[in-house]
Amino acid sequence: MILDKYPAVLQAVPGGKILLTTTDDFINLGRKYSIWPLTFGLACCAIEMMAAYASRFDFDRLGVIPRPSPRQADLMIIAGTFVKKMAAPVREIYHQMPEPRFVIAMGSCANCGGPFHDAYSVVKGVDKVIPVDVYIPGCPPRPEALIYGVMELQKKIMRMKLAKGGGATLQAEKGSRDPAGGA
Amino acid sequence: MSINPMNSTPIRSETSGLKTDTLFLNMGPQHPSTHGVLRLGLTISGEVIVEAMPDIGYLHRGVEKLLETRTYAQGVVLADRLDYCSAMSNDLAFCLSVEKLLGAQVPKRAQVLRVIMAELNRIASHLIFFGTYGIDIGAFTPFLYAFREREMVLDLFEMCCGARLTYNYIRPGGVASDINADWIARCREFLDFFKPRLDEYDTLLSFNPIFLVRTQTVGIITPKTAVAWGLSGPNLRASGVNYDVRQAEPYCGYEQYDFTVALGKTGSCWDRYFCRVVEMRQSVRIVEQALSRLASGEIMAKLPKVLRLPAGEAYSHIEASRGDLGVYIVSDGGLAPYRLHFRAPCFINLAILQEILVGKKVADVIAVLGSLDIVLGEVDR
Ligand code: SF4
Repeated sequence: MILDKYPAVLQAVPGGKILLTTTDDFINLGRKYSIWPLTFGLACCAIEMMAAYASRFDFDRLGVIPRPSPRQADLMIIAGTFVKKMAAPVREIYHQMPEPRFVIAMGSCANCGGPFHDAYSVVKGVDKVIPVDVYIPGCPPRPEALIYGVMELQKKIMRMKLAKGGGATLQAEKGSRDPAGGA
Repeated sequence: MSINPMNSTPIRSETSGLKTDTLFLNMGPQHPSTHGVLRLGLTISGEVIVEAMPDIGYLHRGVEKLLETRTYAQGVVLADRLDYCSAMSNDLAFCLSVEKLLGAQVPKRAQVLRVIMAELNRIASHLIFFGTYGIDIGAFTPFLYAFREREMVLDLFEMCCGARLTYNYIRPGGVASDINADWIARCREFLDFFKPRLDEYDTLLSFNPIFLVRTQTVGIITPKTAVAWGLSGPNLRASGVNYDVRQAEPYCGYEQYDFTVALGKTGSCWDRYFCRVVEMRQSVRIVEQALSRLASGEIMAKLPKVLRLPAGEAYSHIEASRGDLGVYIVSDGGLAPYRLHFRAPCFINLAILQEILVGKKVADVIAVLGSLDIVLGEVDR
């Protein structure tokens, strides 16, 4: 079954029951299906994030299981309006997460300030503070959109290379909108 | 000889000369149970809380300032995003204030539609509370049940206005779009499905022995304290104070509906929880009555496309899901409000934490905080 799905990833040794693959692909495959996000909601979008974990949308199907501690999390979903007072804590939480760590900016607010783009207290996009891997537009994005965002992240994870240090966010401190740092 | 901890006499600080000290414990802003970004500064002495200070502002979006640069039609959009769990109520409070200053008459059908949407939204909002409070106390399953039903309400909203969370449906002068027979049938179907579910919730969580022990004697607010701190909504009524804006100062024709106000006895966390569960039943009753009295007619008053409010001020308040939500508008005759203020129930309900947490155990903090059901979007504005 895996063979049908990942012909490029795995090759069966002819006649045998052994699968050969590269270390990269093997590790990435494991990573891809065990993305554990931090339970971390900021505003309205967090309610849609909760809906994505709940009965109808059932995020568990993708191996996405919320963790309450940043030490156990791989993914931080910034769901909501990102204001200046919150910037320092978010940066701290981001650095508490173990590498490789990923960030999804969910909703217009996290992308660019959204309906509060001209407010004095709102940061215009979370990528001003921490690097972002996937942006999801919408106000709020539907749970389906969040699931699609995670699937995009999975694709990105499959392109990760150990030799390059392993992290998708190794564009690191540059910020993902930096053309030279984009993955 | 082994030491039995139960028999050993504790080291008394006075006799041994050891000094005990209080400890400052920081809770939040990232904490799974603060329902958003609230920070609590707790000073504890052993397990007992000496001082509790809520620190807010982690979601301050400057909505009141922004509204001074938005027209009234655009204002609804921002009002939506205050208490995002019950956006319909926010729209309603905002529009009632605008209409009051404008002197506009809202058509009958629009009024009934407003009541239906506000009550359905109350159900959706209390379902979030029901689910997350269960998680706070340690019961994960109710969350899954609550969200199953909530999705059905959201489907109804999506059918009539296209949005799941931020509706922009109630507009100054009426509502944005009409509902059809199909919608009414779906709504009835939902109500019939939902009523037995409420009994299920009682067996699932309300009368669960562990849940009772953790909430029934915890976080008691006396009626006097509740009034002194200006609580409103289910938090106030759980202490036995009968004040519901829907009955005290009816709007949208609430005086014609037959419903009872849920009252608690002791003001404990469980009472606050159970008040909300009973309110969901009452909301179902109101929606049923509203559906049956829905007569055909206009859904929008004849208002100019560009709203200019006469100079002056207006205040109107409603019973939102979390309490008495008021909107105060000062207009100088321009396109946008000169000043606009929200009397946000969550902000006022939150303040009481400083008093009721003192002397409680650390383990009770979450139970008390969760039972107040705050939404940070409305606290910080
Ligand atoms: S993008 Fe929209 S829904 Fe999401 S947090 Fe911002 S205002 Fe709320």
